[in-house]
Amino acid sequence: MSNKRPETKLVPVPSVNKIPERDVDKSPILEAQHLGIDFGGLTAVNEFNMAIGRTEIAGLIGPNGAGKTTVFNLLTKVYQPTRGTILLDGMDTHNMNTVQVNRAGIARTFQNIRLFDNLSVEDNVKIGMHNAIHSGVLSSVLRLPSYWREEKIAHERALELLSIFDMQDLAGAKAGSLPYGAQRRLEIVRALGTNPSLLLLDEPAAGMNPSETAELMENIVKIRDTFQIAILLIEHDMSLVMGICEGICVLNFGQIIAKGTPTEIQNNPEVIKAYLGGGKEA
Amino acid sequence: MKRLATMKKSTRNNLFTYALVIAAFVVVQALRVGPGIGSMLEGQLIPICAYVTMALALNLVVGISGELSLGHAGFMSIGAFAGSAFAMALQDSVGLSPLRLALAMVFGALIAAVLGFLIGIPVLRLNGDYLAIVTLAFGEIIKSIATNVYLGMDGNGLHFSFLNDTMDLSDGGVELIRGPMGVMNSQRISTFIAGFVLVLAALTIIFNLVNSRTGRAIMAARDNRIAAESVGISVTKYKMIAFVTSAALAGAAGTLYGCSQTTFVATRFDFNTSILILVFVVLGGLGNMWGSVIAATALTILPEALRQFSELRMLVYAIVLILVMLATNNPTLRGFFTRLFRREREGADAGVRAVKGGGGHE
Ligand SMILES: Nc1ncnc2c1ncn2[C@@H]1O[C@H](COP(=O)(O)OP(=O)(O)O)[C@@H](O)[C@H]1O
Ligand SMILES: [Mg+2]
Repeated sequence: MSNKRPETKLVPVPSVNKIPERDVDKSPILEAQHLGIDFGGLTAVNEFNMAIGRTEIAGLIGPNGAGKTTVFNLLTKVYQPTRGTILLDGMDTHNMNTVQVNRAGIARTFQNIRLFDNLSVEDNVKIGMHNAIHSGVLSSVLRLPSYWREEKIAHERALELLSIFDMQDLAGAKAGSLPYGAQRRLEIVRALGTNPSLLLLDEPAAGMNPSETAELMENIVKIRDTFQIAILLIEHDMSLVMGICEGICVLNFGQIIAKGTPTEIQNNPEVIKAYLGGGKEA
Repeated sequence: MKRLATMKKSTRNNLFTYALVIAAFVVVQALRVGPGIGSMLEGQLIPICAYVTMALALNLVVGISGELSLGHAGFMSIGAFAGSAFAMALQDSVGLSPLRLALAMVFGALIAAVLGFLIGIPVLRLNGDYLAIVTLAFGEIIKSIATNVYLGMDGNGLHFSFLNDTMDLSDGGVELIRGPMGVMNSQRISTFIAGFVLVLAALTIIFNLVNSRTGRAIMAARDNRIAAESVGISVTKYKMIAFVTSAALAGAAGTLYGCSQTTFVATRFDFNTSILILVFVVLGGLGNMWGSVIAATALTILPEALRQFSELRMLVYAIVLILVMLATNNPTLRGFFTRLFRREREGADAGVRAVKGGGGHE
C-alpha cells in the first residue's frame, strides 16, 4: 500500500481513507459527505466525511461517547441526518428509511446485541434472509409447493451461513440462550443473510476473550474475501483494528481527528492525545 | 412416532393442539350420537367454537404480533351482523345451508378484514400502545352503529336506513337487521360441525402463517423493531398482516355465532366481551394456542355450569380461573403435555435434529 492517497477522481470529498489498490478504479461503495446530527443542542456528529472501497475493511475508532454508534445509526437511517449526504453505491439515500437502506445494501450489527432472543438460531438467520426469499401469505397458509421449495432453500442457506462461524450445530438452539460471543457472531450471520454490499459491525469483539477475538479477525477477513463486500467496523480492541483494517478513521467529540493507515494512525499525535487525555479506553 | 421425536418443539406443540381439538370433537360427537350431552352443554357447543376461534384470533395479535387489541368483540359483531344478514339474503338463491353458512362466513370475514385494514393504516405505523386505544374506540363505535342500522330486503332489492326505520318494505320483504332489536334469524344454520371446521381452519391458518417467512417477520417485528428494520423487514406491513388475518378470523367467528342464535343484539358484543376474550388469551398463555382453546372452552362453559352453585358461583369461577392459568402457563405441565408427544426422544438436542426433519407436518 502506498503512503500517498490514491488518485481517484471518483472520490471527490476529502476522504483521506486509503482506498485499497484492488478498488482504486471503482467508485466507493459508500461516501459520507459533511454528515452531521444534532440532538437538541448537542452536536453528536459533525462534518463526517468518509469513503469506503468496495472490498475494503475500514475501522472507526475513538473514545467512548465519540459518536461512532451514532454514525452507524445515521448510515442506516435509524437517525435522520441533520446535515450532509450519504451516497450508497453512488445513490443518495436521502429519502430512504432503515428498511430501504438495508434493501439497498447496508447491513449491521448492534453494540447492545439485538437478536430475536425467543426464536431459534436458524430462525434468526432466516429472518435476516427475509428479502432473499419470497413466499407470501397465501403460499404459506396453503402450504403450496413454492412454500416448501423456498423453505428448503432458506434452511440450506441458513446452515451454510452459520457454518462460517461453525455454528450450524446450534441451529435449533434459542438465540437468547447462546453465550455472549456466539450471540455476536449470530448477529453477523443474520446481517450477512440480507446479502449486503456493506457490513457495519459495532464492537464485534466486545466481551470476547483473546482467542475468540483472534478467530473473529480471521473470519471477518474471510467474510470480506468470500462475499467480496466492504466492512466498516467500530472496535476498541486495537489488535483487531490494527490487524485487519486497511483504512482507519478516528472520531473524537463527533469530529474526525485523523484518517489513514494503521501505521499512520498509531503515530498520529492528535490520536495519541485523544486517547491519553479524556478517552476511557484504547 | 419416531418422526415425532425428531420434530421441532413448535411442530410438536402444533400437533398436540390439533390432536386436542380433534379428540374433543370426536368425544363430544360420539356422546351426542349416543347418550347425549345434556341440553345445557348442547346449547353451548357453537358459542364455544366461536369463542375458541376468537381467542385464537386475538392470540395471533397479542401473542404472536405483540400488539394489544381491546375491541375484538367489534370484529365479532361485524361478522355476526354482516354474516347473518348475508345468509338471510341468500336464503332463496343458495338452498344448501352449509354452503350458505360458508359463504356468509367468508363475507363476514371479508368485511371484518377490510375494517381491520382501515384501522391498521393509521395506527400500526405508530410505535406504542395506540392500537389498544383505537380498537377500544372501534368496538364502541361498531356497537353504536350496529344498534342503529336497519336493513331489509324485498322484491326491489336491499333497503337500508340509519337511526330510523324508513325502509318501507313491500309485501313479502324481510327485515334483516332491525336497529336496537338486532337480528332476528329466520334460520339457524350454524352447526357444531361447522364450528369445529372453523376452529381447525383458524388453527391451520395461524400455525401455517407463524411457521413461514411471514410469521418469522411478524415475530421479528414483535421482538425487536429496530433489528427487524435493520434486516429489511417493514414492521408496519407485518403487524398489519397479523391484525387483518385476526380480524378476518374474528369476523368468521362472529358469523358462526350470529347464525346460531334466534336473535341477538349489538350490545352482546361490548367492551366486556372484548375483555373476556383477552382473558382467554392471557389465561391460556400468550402465543400458546392450545392454552387459548382450553381457556376459552372452560370459561365459556363455566358460567352456565355454575348456575347450580348460586352463591358459591363467583368463588368457583375464581378458582377455575386460577387453575386454568396454572395449567396453561406452568412450565412443568406444559413440559408434561409436550413429553406425551415424544416418548421416543433420545437425549440429543431436539432443535438440531429438528432442522433435519425439514418441515415437520406435510
Ligand atoms: N438518541 C440520542 N439522543 C441524545 N443524545 C444521543 C442520542 N444518541 C447518541 N447521543 C449522544 O451522542 C454521543 C455519541 O454517542 P455514541 O454514538 O453512542 O458514542 P460511541 O462512540 O461510544 O458509540 C453521546 O454523547 C450520546 O449521549
Ligand atoms: Mg458505541
